[in-house]
Amino acid sequence: METQAVKPQEQDTKKTIHISGSEAVVRSLIAEGVDVLYGYPGGAIMPVYDELYKFQDQIQHVLTRHEQGATHSAQGYARISGKVGVAMATSGPGATNLITGIADAQIDSTPMVCITGQVGSHLLGTDAFQETDIVGISTPVTKWNTQVTKASEIPEAIAKAFYIAKSGRPGPVLIDITKDAQFETFDFEYKKCKGIRSYTPTPKTNTETLQAAAALINNAKKPLVVWGQGVVLGEAEAEFKAVIEKAGLPSAWTILGASALPTTHDLNVGMVGMHGNYAPNVLTNECDVLIAIGMRFDDRVTGDLSRYAKQAKIVHFEIDPAEVDKNVKTEVAVLGNSKTTLAELLPLLKENTHTNWHQKFKDLYAVEYEKVIQHDLHPTKEGLTMGEVLKEINIQSKGNAAIVSDVGQHQMVACRYAEFNKTKSNITSGGLGTMGFALPAAIGAKMGAPERDVVAIIGDGGYQMTIQELGTIFQTKVPVKIVVLNNEFLGMVRQWQQLFFDKRYASTEIQNPDFVAIAKGYSIEAQKVTKRGDLKEAVKDMMACKDAYFLEVAVEKEDNVFPMIPTGASVSDIRLS
Amino acid sequence: MSEHILYTISIYTENNIGLLNRISAIFQRRHINIESINSSVSEIEGVSRWTIVVKLSEEQMKKIIGQIEKQVEVIKAYYHTDEETIYQESCLFKIKSDLLFEERKIQNIIKESNSRIVTVNKAFFVIEKSGMKNEIELLHRELQPFGIMQFVRAGRIAVTKQPMEISQLLKAFNA
Repeated sequence: METQAVKPQEQDTKKTIHISGSEAVVRSLIAEGVDVLYGYPGGAIMPVYDELYKFQDQIQHVLTRHEQGATHSAQGYARISGKVGVAMATSGPGATNLITGIADAQIDSTPMVCITGQVGSHLLGTDAFQETDIVGISTPVTKWNTQVTKASEIPEAIAKAFYIAKSGRPGPVLIDITKDAQFETFDFEYKKCKGIRSYTPTPKTNTETLQAAAALINNAKKPLVVWGQGVVLGEAEAEFKAVIEKAGLPSAWTILGASALPTTHDLNVGMVGMHGNYAPNVLTNECDVLIAIGMRFDDRVTGDLSRYAKQAKIVHFEIDPAEVDKNVKTEVAVLGNSKTTLAELLPLLKENTHTNWHQKFKDLYAVEYEKVIQHDLHPTKEGLTMGEVLKEINIQSKGNAAIVSDVGQHQMVACRYAEFNKTKSNITSGGLGTMGFALPAAIGAKMGAPERDVVAIIGDGGYQMTIQELGTIFQTKVPVKIVVLNNEFLGMVRQWQQLFFDKRYASTEIQNPDFVAIAKGYSIEAQKVTKRGDLKEAVKDMMACKDAYFLEVAVEKEDNVFPMIPTGASVSDIRLS
Repeated sequence: MSEHILYTISIYTENNIGLLNRISAIFQRRHINIESINSSVSEIEGVSRWTIVVKLSEEQMKKIIGQIEKQVEVIKAYYHTDEETIYQESCLFKIKSDLLFEERKIQNIIKESNSRIVTVNKAFFVIEKSGMKNEIELLHRELQPFGIMQFVRAGRIAVTKQPMEISQLLKAFNA
């Protein structure tokens, strides 16, 4: 069986030592190379926290202000570093508060290990104080989970957890450890997991499928690549670039695939999907071969499936066999890790430029530029647009910042207009659409890549879902840059109300507090911009600041995000206004 | 929409707590009713075998198998039609003992249906019947007029006519 083990960072422990289960938890984490974890203490996890206290020179614990924040921070850390993020919580409410983040990590394939404390094993099933069936609750949203009731089971459970979380198609894993297992002592020794007989992380690649894929690509007159996060998770950016450059393939990205190829690359034709770019959406229904790489044909990408790329032959490069033919019927499916399959594909490809076909993308981009982009980036109206804020951040960060966006209009604007020079630069909640993701995720992202500028772009709605994490920034002094694009509305819902519910703005107008005062309350430097003339200086101040910084920009209240594929419409019916 | 037919799913798994939840959630999430479910040991030591019967289109069936096999502790899952399997179900009837002696007809039914009397005491007797679902349903219909005190039917168990390649799979892992 092919295995893709976690890169060994630490040695397996050589000698056996007699320790408690809780100490074993911490030693196991250290053995897995964990240097930071996010969490919140409580009764049933206290023995582990006691050990974290003793090992604080080797492993940093970040106290978030809510367990949901811990999961999103762990996600942000994982997404930017490619390592496994770790979150910890107590039983009962501590554990249930992790669920949103776990569900988010599951649908966005983020490697995360969650450790929860549980009531003593003799109390299981008695409705004990802070007892909840977290293994049962988390089952549908975890890649794997388990409950540990004996100290001796801890090392193996943790080794399996890290192996499963990171290998193959990554995902979240939860280990629930009863309090008595934490107290119990045993002979500890740590062995990393190298394989599990019932689990094939990466399916074998069939050479014939590679040849068939190459033949289709070589014979295509109008090929279109749609790549997703599989390229990023497989760390296949270089192989991917080589493939599309050799065969001259116009390439579009899903929201989670963003930044795997620099924004300014000539073959990068933009984002597909509901608020994606005009050209790749329209031309999806004109291409003759659609090459999907590490993406899963989400409904926000495809629009109406019965009118999605029906004229095209579909080639699907995918690590998860369950994704093949799930939504879109493929002509050829190439199973395997994108890093390997794309490397093997390269020599089979013929050089091509597809100049005329590529010109079509440029022509449609010109249409989108005139109708949408220039108004977003170079507005002539008085109110500030979200797009011009992004443009200013692009200029001043030189496209090197990692952008962590929340969910809503600002997210679509951030993904559309942020310039990415480096991979793993677009961290956002894609599949689950979790408002409140960005602030805690930015904390984790900054800690996962301290050398990078991390800019959180958040709406005024989502910001208030996890605003308490300002406390984490205050205490931990993580120098994240926070930009709130404030339109005093739950903007995306308002846009839908305007377009599809006759402007009945049911519960979308939002009365906001003084955000600058709140940030300052946490000793975070802050300012608010209301005029275009002040934007440049404000962004400059923010980017220059060595510490955390909060920038609120009052943007136009009722701007809409276009282009847009209305629900149930075909990708080629994309609206420009 | 393609036709919904009865499929027998055979799943080889590790024997772990919570796996039932994980598998049944796959059906629940898609609003699919499970007709019957059975869990037992398999021909391989330490490996559990589940037999689940569902009514689905083949397209749906393939996708569900993909989701089942994706679970970390599932070794392999297969689906088969009735024609491709040898399957049996079994059931128990609890009936008042008086009837066994007073109603000759009952004795004939037991004989003709190839069922078996498991126990008899003063108050009641218990009949066991194994067979196809329709045979069991027929027996149920025939006994119903006499009054059934209790009835229970077990989930389907099935073996396939073709060999399963599961042993080779495990050998490959151990190699």
